[in-house]
Amino acid sequence: MTETLESSKLVGQPLKRKEDARLVTGETNWTDNIQLPGMLYMAILRSPMAHAKIDRIDTSRAAQMPGVVAVYTGADLAGLGIPCVWPVTDDMVGPTFPVLAADEVRFAGDAVAAVVADSRYRASDALEGIEVDYSPLPAVIDMTAALADGADLVHSDKGTNKCYYWEFTGGDYAAAKAKAEAEGGRVFHRQYIQQRLIPNAMEPRAVVCAPMAATGEITLWSSTQIPHVVRVLLALVTGIPEQKIRVIAPDVGGGFGSKLDLYREEVIAAVVAGKLGRPVKWTESRSEGYQATIHGRDQIQDIEVACTADGTLLGLKVDLVANMGAYLQIITPGIPLLGAFMYNSIYKFEALHFGCTGVFTTTTPTDAYRGAGRPEATYAIERLMDDLAAELGVDPLELRAKNWIKHEEFPFTTIAGLEYDSGNYEAATAKATELLDYSGLRAEQARRRESGDPVQLGIGVSTFTEMCGLAPSRILSALKYVAGGWESSTVRVLPTGKVEVVTGTSPHGQGHVTAWSQIAADALGVPFEDIEVIYGDTKMSPHGMDTYGSRSLVVGGIAVLHAAERVVEKARRIAAHQLECDPADLDFEGGVFKVRGTPGAEKAIQAVAFEAFTAHDLPEGVEPTLTADSTLDPNQFSYPHGTHLCAVEVDTETGAVVIRKYVAVDDIGNVVNPMIVEGQVHGGIAQGIAQALYEEAVYDADGNLVTGTMVDYLVPSAADLPHFTTDRTVTPATTNELGVKGVGEAGTIASTPAVVNAVVDALRHLGVHDMRMPCSPQTVWRTIQTAAGASSNSNGAQS
Amino acid sequence: MSTVPISVTVDGQRYESDVEPRQLLVHHLRDGLGRVGTPIGCDTSNCGACTVLLDGKSVKSCAVLAVQTDGRSVTTVQGLANGTWHPVQQAFHAEHGLQCGYCTPGMMLAAVDLLTENPNPTEAEIRDGLEGNLCRCTGYQNIVKAVQAAAVAMQAEGAAR
Repeated sequence: MTETLESSKLVGQPLKRKEDARLVTGETNWTDNIQLPGMLYMAILRSPMAHAKIDRIDTSRAAQMPGVVAVYTGADLAGLGIPCVWPVTDDMVGPTFPVLAADEVRFAGDAVAAVVADSRYRASDALEGIEVDYSPLPAVIDMTAALADGADLVHSDKGTNKCYYWEFTGGDYAAAKAKAEAEGGRVFHRQYIQQRLIPNAMEPRAVVCAPMAATGEITLWSSTQIPHVVRVLLALVTGIPEQKIRVIAPDVGGGFGSKLDLYREEVIAAVVAGKLGRPVKWTESRSEGYQATIHGRDQIQDIEVACTADGTLLGLKVDLVANMGAYLQIITPGIPLLGAFMYNSIYKFEALHFGCTGVFTTTTPTDAYRGAGRPEATYAIERLMDDLAAELGVDPLELRAKNWIKHEEFPFTTIAGLEYDSGNYEAATAKATELLDYSGLRAEQARRRESGDPVQLGIGVSTFTEMCGLAPSRILSALKYVAGGWESSTVRVLPTGKVEVVTGTSPHGQGHVTAWSQIAADALGVPFEDIEVIYGDTKMSPHGMDTYGSRSLVVGGIAVLHAAERVVEKARRIAAHQLECDPADLDFEGGVFKVRGTPGAEKAIQAVAFEAFTAHDLPEGVEPTLTADSTLDPNQFSYPHGTHLCAVEVDTETGAVVIRKYVAVDDIGNVVNPMIVEGQVHGGIAQGIAQALYEEAVYDADGNLVTGTMVDYLVPSAADLPHFTTDRTVTPATTNELGVKGVGEAGTIASTPAVVNAVVDALRHLGVHDMRMPCSPQTVWRTIQTAAGASSNSNGAQS
Repeated sequence: MSTVPISVTVDGQRYESDVEPRQLLVHHLRDGLGRVGTPIGCDTSNCGACTVLLDGKSVKSCAVLAVQTDGRSVTTVQGLANGTWHPVQQAFHAEHGLQCGYCTPGMMLAAVDLLTENPNPTEAEIRDGLEGNLCRCTGYQNIVKAVQAAAVAMQAEGAAR
């Protein structure tokens, strides 16, 4: 550990959040709160059909309706499209994604026209005045059918629904498989379905754009996770010079990946506000957002493992089909790739083969949703490990322990080529089994099975790891991602000794203001309260790659630390000059430079800041002001891990699943604020449980989003979720000075397989080997009935 | 469209307005009166983000027409503090019962109503009582803790009076 961490006072403490004061009193600044003089409201007409030719659009009646200022169609905004920045292969099919569909709509909710009026209600009213004649085309919903020869096409000009095939190989899978077969081992195959999910950040998306005609500037407020990226892309898409664009992410009410995009409405608002010379606001309704904001997951996972007779893993083969939706959003095709290196997870394999086929369907585009690729990978491998353990007749924890990387084997280069710097799977698992009372529950499970209790008990295991800290730019380059993975910070000590920390991260609930204050307070030796954190505005925080992928602390937080350390080094030179000593003779403790061995000869960093401001007496070569920058490009990913255990009670007569106990032991390295960490884990687990038990975005065969409102899509409430038992083990990361690893997605990645494994475990003796998510009472009941039917049939055949 | 005159007291201040009969209370608060502390999270009255107190009882302000509040009193998150933060506000802060904060106004006002009706709720009663308010960040655990802490604080406050 570095000197910084050892001497820290605030890092590691559960300080209450600075963010809360405005949020609990309603002094908030959500994008939809913004009111500007002369502001107009935009509403978007959306396609009611999944796939159709647009024969005619008549906006004349709408244009005459009260309060309507303008109506735009695809023809008016031709040439404006949404870019994808992750062309995963050279031959990837990337259709043009117009901001308004002109000739053809390709998913229910596809944008067709934009109305701008003088009020929210009048803009909505005028949508009904637009007449569109559609000629229906075939909906393309089923991914497997979409890939078959002669399939109906989403983009007829492309001649295929296949977006790409991407593969990755480590070792020789065929050899591993042959070895397993030759040695009397097993080759074990499973297919798992990652259902489609709707992210459901509580704040619907919103955008406000204010133009300034005289200078050609625009200011765009957006409920986005990525103001910096939006600025660059907006410049590229609209041709508005980048330096004339200011993007502000004000208070943002959650994102979970769904606000990690450049969206059509942002582009339309920017262009339309410029055309009209007036501010324009657009706010989606929740139901509109269900169609217009990206969805997550939606993959078919074929996974095959080859192992020896005693369960030693040899090879892993993964074939994915991943639903892109109708178009590619910013990183749609890359999402499965973020999981590609995680299928081998914490286990030692000799070979890995990963292949993924991206496929277009007439559905809302998919993109990053909390975990983005890694929950899918973790689900598949952890479901497989439980199923394989059952097949081999061993305890699922025993099979994992036999195959995982031992704590003394770190650093360990996996078959996927990643170097895991640190971890201790034994410690996390030991703690989790104790907290759950694993053996006690196993005994109860046996009793219930024996007594034929209608309510059966199941225990699910999930020992996971993930790659966080997106990302080393050289690796992003190798994966054909067109941007870098660095993060930026500026730390300024103001003339009065107060501090501004500028960060390129863009928090929307994660508590960066508090955590960055803790890091900077320790490094600078200044009070926590004296620090202001500035973020989310490209004019105030000009450089940044924003917030996603559990990257903010591991990359952005370390950038804050580095910038603060550079401030201290600059201050040291000034202090040494004024105290007439060598900089190396100064100790820096609690914000004060002290001449070693000379009591009383000292200068506080606040006093140095004032000297740096007046610049009356600075050493040769030292510039005025006490400020420093850091732009950090990480060398490695970080690898949080943990063991989550879930015990469920399944009513075999009704199919109802109740979580009896949920234990999460996470190892995210050192912790800056344990209160915030615990909150991240809770929320993550809840979202993972939501996938396991409650949520699914369903399209019918005609491409209608059946789960089109919050009435139909089951976001769990407090009454639907249990109390979570959370704890931690601490194995510090060796790849950054704070030893931190990231925690934003861990809970979501870990919990889904833990829950489904538990449900299956409760019912295995009834012949149940898999359960399609979400494990609703109906699905559970049907699966039990099907298994019972199958087993009575096979019994009949045997007798 | 014709308008109707209404007089509503919001957070202790009386507002005289002319509103369209179809205007939702939440839009009246936000767009009409500039009381933007109350956010909107859905269009089906599922999420509860817009929960306010109407004459002391919690309602989803997207499910109430502005004209229905004529002559009545509305308390939003912006009127919850009375010099000092309400115990529920303090508890949400102290127990980390919020992350992005978007559900927080509605969640807190629903909690106030819950604690008025049931000053000493069990965990299960809190979870059931807040069923109409969705949060995507916290997994609800710290919200439950906050409501428990607020219950204790409010009882102590009541006893002190």
